[in-house]
Amino acid sequence: MRIIFKTNYMQDIRPWKDRHQLTLYLILPIVVAAAPWWLDDFYLGELTNVLIWAIAGLGLMVLTGHTGQVSLGHAAFLAFGCYANVVLIEAGVPFLIAFPLAGIMTGIAGVTVAIPALRLHGIYLAIFTMALSILMDDIIVLSEPITGGVSGKYIGGVEIFGHLVDRWGTPDQFFWLVLTVAVLVTLGYINLLRTPLGRSFIAARDSEVSAQAMGVDIARTKMISFALSCAVTGWAGALMGLFAGAFNNETFSVLISIQLLMMIVIGGLGSIHGAFLGAIVIGFLPQFLSISKEYVGALFGGNTVAIPGLEFGIFGMILIAFILFEPMGIYGRWLKIRTWFELFPFYRKDMFKRQKSYLKTERLR
Amino acid sequence: MSLLEFENVTLKFGGLTAVDDLSFEVQEGEVFAIVGPNGAGKSTVFNLISRFYDPFVGSIRFDNHDLLQVKPSGVAAYGVARTFQNIELFEHATVLQNLLVGRHRHRRTNLISEILFTPSARRQELENREKVEQIIDFLDLQANRDKMISGLPYGVRKVVEVARALATDPKLLLLDEPASGLSVEETTDMRWWIDDIRRQMGITVLMVEHDMGLVSGVSDRVLAMADGAKLALGTPVEVQSHPAVIEAYLGKAS
Repeated sequence: MRIIFKTNYMQDIRPWKDRHQLTLYLILPIVVAAAPWWLDDFYLGELTNVLIWAIAGLGLMVLTGHTGQVSLGHAAFLAFGCYANVVLIEAGVPFLIAFPLAGIMTGIAGVTVAIPALRLHGIYLAIFTMALSILMDDIIVLSEPITGGVSGKYIGGVEIFGHLVDRWGTPDQFFWLVLTVAVLVTLGYINLLRTPLGRSFIAARDSEVSAQAMGVDIARTKMISFALSCAVTGWAGALMGLFAGAFNNETFSVLISIQLLMMIVIGGLGSIHGAFLGAIVIGFLPQFLSISKEYVGALFGGNTVAIPGLEFGIFGMILIAFILFEPMGIYGRWLKIRTWFELFPFYRKDMFKRQKSYLKTERLR
Repeated sequence: MSLLEFENVTLKFGGLTAVDDLSFEVQEGEVFAIVGPNGAGKSTVFNLISRFYDPFVGSIRFDNHDLLQVKPSGVAAYGVARTFQNIELFEHATVLQNLLVGRHRHRRTNLISEILFTPSARRQELENREKVEQIIDFLDLQANRDKMISGLPYGVRKVVEVARALATDPKLLLLDEPASGLSVEETTDMRWWIDDIRRQMGITVLMVEHDMGLVSGVSDRVLAMADGAKLALGTPVEVQSHPAVIEAYLGKAS
């Protein structure tokens, strides 16, 4: 175990604990950025996909993981961001302006939704947002002049400084574009968590009454959280649109919403790592399943006919297993393993056990 | 000068009168205790100050401001901090983070400068840390500063809650049963701390407490309540020997 001797307040403010950790987190993006040299085009595409999901996961993590507001409607904001981006580009706005704008517009859309939605708590908010996700399908179809309705939209590539970045033509450049967005969003997220606003999110999640007594305006805090969450999700949606190339009203179904929520639960609620780890699982599981299905088929000499709903069935089972056995997700498991080694042989089984609080002052409201 | 004024405050829940025409004043720099049997309306008085409830009649003034004009989240900005009877900490955050939330009312940065972590955000964070570290030193929380609340024992949580309230830099500190569930030793510690909070930090303390030892040891004036109404107000000795108070606790001699 490394003992850190703190001599400076900055040591608590910096996002890294020590030099060692900083080195690791500097090497990681460099290794990932070099992926076009050590991965073939297919897996590079998969990695891009994982990163896009991770950005969407970061978006939902702000709201669900840190502010404690469960949303099952984030596919609607993915769709909003995606369409906003493409419509703006088609209107002649250059990508470098259209893309940030798409996120900001999604954030504003999110606030509009949040005003009525945030009067609801817990499961009711989840139901409300789920309805939103289902409605989005119809909204896209009905606003055909803008969205192209059922026939959808198509986007080839985008131009950055007169340079065409295309998912198929130049997969490496598209990958770097996505990586840049992911890194910037992550850095913003880290900063958020070490400043008053991020802490007020956590405060609103853990105890609304005492957050209020500390001067945190709950309604406003939740609204900002919703706005940030939707803006980031909008960017993920815009990238998803570019990645898919073609999309219509069915691309961003309510299943995507559920998958997003599953992703952050599996990864570990309330941590930035969780969004990335969850994205890796969600991103690679379909490939893993189809590969293992062939093996299993070959093993029993059976056919490799697609079983409908297999993917979602397995996703569901994984989710249930996580909620039952590891509510803190993959990141939580990693923390436990690390603590076990750090404290060996003094690790106690209940070290991470969360206490149930039976007495809650919330009842006075 | 009176810091907090309650004037003819009445609050009813349905047919139940929780606070009945209550008037009292808390002077600046004193420790003021509210005692009374369960259901006397003591915590309701706190929740009225925190603006969780609106009184039917009456006025609550703090430091020449009408408290009834502000939102629940605006009370802290005037310099009122509180603890809760059932401990309301941010469970899944460390002690340090909990205390830093207490600094929220001093926030000067905005969304953009925080996301970019500009020099002004950095300066603000350093100031916050300095203030918080002083409180950690004051209440002897060094050993627990980086621990999660969910792993802390009850006695420590009680202290962390006081620490978080102090981190807001309040003028008035509301302590809702600071010694409930504490051991004799911890209660003694709490007594010295309350004394120090008043003497060293110059913070006025208003507390609800059942432990008469603590109340008479630390408070300047005591308000005794029963069924939402004022029974007696005076020094601890006066209140303890007041016939109406004895009657409320022990019943009438037949």
